[in-house]
Amino acid sequence: MANMNLLQAINNALDIAMASNDKVICFGEDVGVFGGVFRATSHLQEKYGRDRCFNTPLVEQGIIGFANGLAAQGSVPVAEIQFADYIFPAFDQIVNEAAKFRYRSGNLFNVGGLTIRTPYGGGIAGGLYHSQSPEAYFAHTPGLKIVVPRNPHQAKGLLLASIRDPNPVLFFEPKRIYRASVGEVPEEDYELPLGQAEILQEGEDISLLAWGAQMETVEKAAAMAQKEGISCEVIDLRTIVPWDIETVTRSVMKTGRLIVSHEAPLTGGFAGEIAATIQERCFLYLESPIARVTGLDTPFPLVLEKEYMPDHLKIFEAIKQSVNF
Amino acid sequence: MDTQERTINTPDFTAGDALQIATYQVLAQDGTVIPGAVVPELDEAQALKIYRAMVFTRVLDERMLAAQRQGRLSFYLQSTGEEATTVGFAAALDDSDMIMAQYREQGALAYRGFSVEQFMNQLFGNDLDYGKGRQMPIHYGSKDLHYMTISSPLATQIPQATGYAYGQKLAGNKACTVTVFGEGAASEGDFHAALNMAAVLKVPVIFLCRNNGYAISTPSSEQFASDGVAPRAVGYGMKSIRIDGNDVLAVVKAMQKARKLAVEQNEPVLVEAMSYRLAAHSSSDDPSGYRNKAEEDKWRAKDPILRMKNWLLKQAWWDEAQEKQLYESIRPQVLEAMKRAQQRPSPPLEALITDVYDRPPAQLEAQLEALRSHLDKYPEAYPKSAGGAARG
Ligand SMILES: Cc1ncc(C[n+]2csc(CCOP(=O)(O)OP(=O)(O)O)c2C)c(N)n1
Repeated sequence: MANMNLLQAINNALDIAMASNDKVICFGEDVGVFGGVFRATSHLQEKYGRDRCFNTPLVEQGIIGFANGLAAQGSVPVAEIQFADYIFPAFDQIVNEAAKFRYRSGNLFNVGGLTIRTPYGGGIAGGLYHSQSPEAYFAHTPGLKIVVPRNPHQAKGLLLASIRDPNPVLFFEPKRIYRASVGEVPEEDYELPLGQAEILQEGEDISLLAWGAQMETVEKAAAMAQKEGISCEVIDLRTIVPWDIETVTRSVMKTGRLIVSHEAPLTGGFAGEIAATIQERCFLYLESPIARVTGLDTPFPLVLEKEYMPDHLKIFEAIKQSVNF
Repeated sequence: MDTQERTINTPDFTAGDALQIATYQVLAQDGTVIPGAVVPELDEAQALKIYRAMVFTRVLDERMLAAQRQGRLSFYLQSTGEEATTVGFAAALDDSDMIMAQYREQGALAYRGFSVEQFMNQLFGNDLDYGKGRQMPIHYGSKDLHYMTISSPLATQIPQATGYAYGQKLAGNKACTVTVFGEGAASEGDFHAALNMAAVLKVPVIFLCRNNGYAISTPSSEQFASDGVAPRAVGYGMKSIRIDGNDVLAVVKAMQKARKLAVEQNEPVLVEAMSYRLAAHSSSDDPSGYRNKAEEDKWRAKDPILRMKNWLLKQAWWDEAQEKQLYESIRPQVLEAMKRAQQRPSPPLEALITDVYDRPPAQLEAQLEALRSHLDKYPEAYPKSAGGAARG
């Protein structure tokens, strides 16, 4: 075991992926010599050469189009989009191309080797264009897997699994806790399963569901509720698509209550999808309406960011409301 | 244009480097005009206005980077080394020509008269910020000064400039639009779409590329294999020029000519200004990880402000006493304005939901109401909106 922060765990996973398979290729804006603006690809060019780790020109549409071609050829591209906010120039290559490659060719061709890594989320004084959580746009497109780790251990295991998964994967990295989240990480190669949620804390009264950086916030709210005698079950979804319906259903059948929290706006957010599915599955078990604690239906602000964020206090209030419904 | 007229009978390819574009330069570093160089018409008053804006920008950048380092400001981004381009281009325009910039063009705003207070209100995102505290520092905008508010996603302003200029043409305005972008941003698809449409539709737009050698850590040699950005415009069917971006006279002259072509002939033009980003990319960047000091020093010796000063001295339009006085007047101006801006309240809580649409829909009003009652429960947890300051 080694002590690593989330960035170091990602760097370590990339290193292991490149060492164990020479088809793995890492690229994107500034990922070469510099190691990426967040330093996730540090030293990879030094170790694996310019052919396998390099700077691309500044064009996201080109990066993902290129990655699609590379993956179709049989390589294993791990493309970095510098901020999730800048993934949209590549939207067409992701939702129309990567997502549908296998389907439209009758499985003659696929881009299963593709992984797109990108830092997402707010709480870093980034304003409109350095704070977005765009997972819901992609969740609506069949053919993509979407993964969001919450800490270094998860990041390493989930990233290795994503790179080796035979489907295109979007890997959203919680940049707010890139350096702040530190923990023990096995030095060896390991994978964590995609599509499986993890129960962090067992509880009786209410289920709290989130992913990525929001897990920390939810755990804080759960600790506050604990002091009021409310026992929370805390679940990390880990994979947005395909999401682990079974684990969430079982939990809600036990607790009878559910809160889903994400930073992205409410309307059309992935919490809505979860709420619809769980009320279908658990209607007779529910003791209160499923609640969503999310960002507002506005772009991400700067100065009033704290007000905007679905923080532990807002989740704590939602817990009390749900339990006292 | 008919591209099929001339035929050849041998398979001769045109090489990628067939078009090597030379650099237009007027001033040597010591401030002498290079013999035979075409010089812009620039009277003393305008020359000094340019120079003052360049110096103001340099001082503002130094002070605000220091403020960022002291934790007063979340972020800052300097234009050090590029002031001749960022002020010079504005000086060649009519004040009503629209500017659609990337983010490093504070010099143009300073030239057009954006006050030190206006800079500070945006940087500190207070209640007087035109952008209502929504965007990061340096995302300026001013309707009065015809300066489109900056957007962070790179290159998005370039095709918008083509569209804006097309509208100006249809309206019969004797005006053009200038869009500024880095050589990195010129790799984006938006750049190519913008040039192609401008050339086909004969749009009065000027594409001004600030080629400062780096896009964050990526050197231009890893950005493109071509001879820079200038030849691409020729490929799209428009006029193009490369200029010394540290030479304010070359910038002014080339831009004056470009403006004439755009406004009088409806010809889009590309200007590639060769310069160097002397500072880090932004306050979050450390350039020592990707380039060396010797390279920076080489460019420091080509300082555009010093070059212009040398020329002004030779013109006998400037002296050392005036120079000293200029710096001594700007520094306290900046510091005092910073203090005032910092003391102002944050934008009101309503700023969260206004301007998303023309009027907030019912759902947004309800979300704001819910937020208000939450904040009332925990006022101490939300200092920006506590105590009524931001509650308006
Ligand atoms: C679409 C998009 N991708 C990535 C970024 C992140 N980013 C901000 S500035 C920058 C480099 C821009 O370089 P250049 O255009 O050469 O301008 P310079 O900073 O050198 O003035 C990058 C990659 C962004 N803002 N937008």
